[in-house]
Amino acid sequence: MKIVVIALNTFRETVREKVLYNLLFFALLMIGSSVLLSTLTIGEQSKIIMDIGLASINIFGILIAIFVGIGLVSKEIEKKTIYTIISKPIYRYQFLLGKYLGLLITLFVNTSIMVIGFFAVLLIMSYNITPDMIKAILLIYVEMMVVTAVALMFSTFTTSALSAIFTISIYVIGHLLGDLKAFAAKLGNPVMVFMMDALYYILPNLENFNIKGEVVHNIALDPSFIVMSVLYGLLYITMILLSSVIIFQRRDFK
Amino acid sequence: MIRTEGLTKVFRVGFWGRKVTALSYLNLQVNEKEIFGFLGPNGAGKTTTLKLLMGLIYPTSGRAWLLGRELTNAAVKKEIGFLPEAPYFYDYLTAHEFLRFYGGLFEIEKNLLKGRIERLLEMVGLSDNRHLPLGKFSKGMLQRIGIAQALINDPRLVILDEPMSGLDPIGRREIRDIILKLRSDGKTVFFSSHILSDAEMICDRVGILNRGKLINVGRLDEILEARLKYIEVIAEGVGAEVVSKIDKGVMTAGDRIIMRLGNEQQVNEVIELTSKMNGKVISIIPQKESLEDYFIKEVGTN
Ligand SMILES: Nc1ncnc2c1ncn2[C@@H]1O[C@H](COP(=O)(O)OP(=O)(O)OP(=O)(O)O)[C@@H](O)[C@H]1O
Ligand SMILES: [Mg+2]
Repeated sequence: MKIVVIALNTFRETVREKVLYNLLFFALLMIGSSVLLSTLTIGEQSKIIMDIGLASINIFGILIAIFVGIGLVSKEIEKKTIYTIISKPIYRYQFLLGKYLGLLITLFVNTSIMVIGFFAVLLIMSYNITPDMIKAILLIYVEMMVVTAVALMFSTFTTSALSAIFTISIYVIGHLLGDLKAFAAKLGNPVMVFMMDALYYILPNLENFNIKGEVVHNIALDPSFIVMSVLYGLLYITMILLSSVIIFQRRDFK
Repeated sequence: MIRTEGLTKVFRVGFWGRKVTALSYLNLQVNEKEIFGFLGPNGAGKTTTLKLLMGLIYPTSGRAWLLGRELTNAAVKKEIGFLPEAPYFYDYLTAHEFLRFYGGLFEIEKNLLKGRIERLLEMVGLSDNRHLPLGKFSKGMLQRIGIAQALINDPRLVILDEPMSGLDPIGRREIRDIILKLRSDGKTVFFSSHILSDAEMICDRVGILNRGKLINVGRLDEILEARLKYIEVIAEGVGAEVVSKIDKGVMTAGDRIIMRLGNEQQVNEVIELTSKMNGKVISIIPQKESLEDYFIKEVGTN
């Protein structure tokens, strides 16, 4: 219940954040302009529109997750607003989970707006909305949840600026993990192989949430892959939130 | 209501982790239904103590109890109100939204909360600004809304860090009245301050902290009792013989002499001499040390 109070206030906080509207505006602009771009290009228009639409939802969703997520907790500590919150009858973990939940609500609303824009473009161009698109969007949302959790974790012990750098690095590496692992295996240096394996298991493998290519090119999807990806995401989020709670519980607010 | 045992906080600062002892072995007891002033100069460790009590930072060693319970369970905080030093609040919330949000954290029933918010806004004089975002509040207004949020749960124990700072004389007076009203409602108030005159006016007991150590604690009149500064005697129609008896300051104002005497023995001698010379003693006023004098002497010298 108290988690919900914090979550709703967090949602209210993020909704009054200007960066959110800027990002949302650009996302919708991109999705809209995909129509224009598709007419300029040779090839299948529907694929280009889908490609740009899904990519925009993904990129801008992640940007919102990072730029709103990094400030969530660190800003409260830097601005000392947390003093009055923590002195209320609320456990620190409730505060943290409330913040997380609040940002998920914000992300859900924003993603929904982008998706509505995307579907509107498809309908106007009289293309079909397929179930596979919904699956792709679902996984994009799970990826946002993971990235948000990572941003939140950094935000519990470092400044907004450093959280941004760390989270973006993890996002980039998270998409390259498979390649990096394969590359290390090819080199055959045992130390490199060990390090890459360690990274592979510690960092989130974000390619698990990327089925945009398959959807755009109409390649059949393995249903178990999607289920496994969602489970992997949830497990990873749980671990990250658990570590965040442990870090947050022990720290001084000064 | 509040008890601490050997409460100590050592901060580590800088790259090398240099140790700074902000509070050392604080043993303190605050009784029910009293106004306790926690006094000390800048950097004495007052804020550190209050943050330890509220669980915002963890002690290096020692323990603390609020309302008889250790602070580890959140339930204790149900009955406590806290105002941090120079409070910062959510800029984007209006005064009303803000109090509703904090009321929500106590899970106060809706109608009860509504009435309470009205009363608190009234009490701190912010009724007309209820729909103004806190980002547009002045320093004094923030202090007032801070007091209001500390009282949103009708707490038994109120802990305030520098409640009068940033306020004009009228505002400070209002806060003093609020604190006195809290006591008459049967609540306990523990507040830190370095504005001694405020503390002097309302505190039942004070604790004086300097460099992380509690150097005195007790009733204000007891602390100051032992410290008679001088006895001021004003007399008329007396000559230089009287003056020669006086070791402290002598001033003349017209045909009056104002004398500052060190003890009662001297006062008696002066009275005798004055009557012998057909003079007249106009007044005898013992001047006690003010808390400020005490403070400057105790704290300023070391
Ligand atoms: N987070 C911190 N890190 C390092 N040192 C600190 C920290 N907070 C406080 N200190 C040190 O602890 C000492 C006590 O500080 P504190 O803020 O408790 O004083 P105070 O009595 O509240 O002073 P003021 O009247 O100025 O508010 C100071 O020497 C201060 O430098
Ligand atoms: Mg202070």
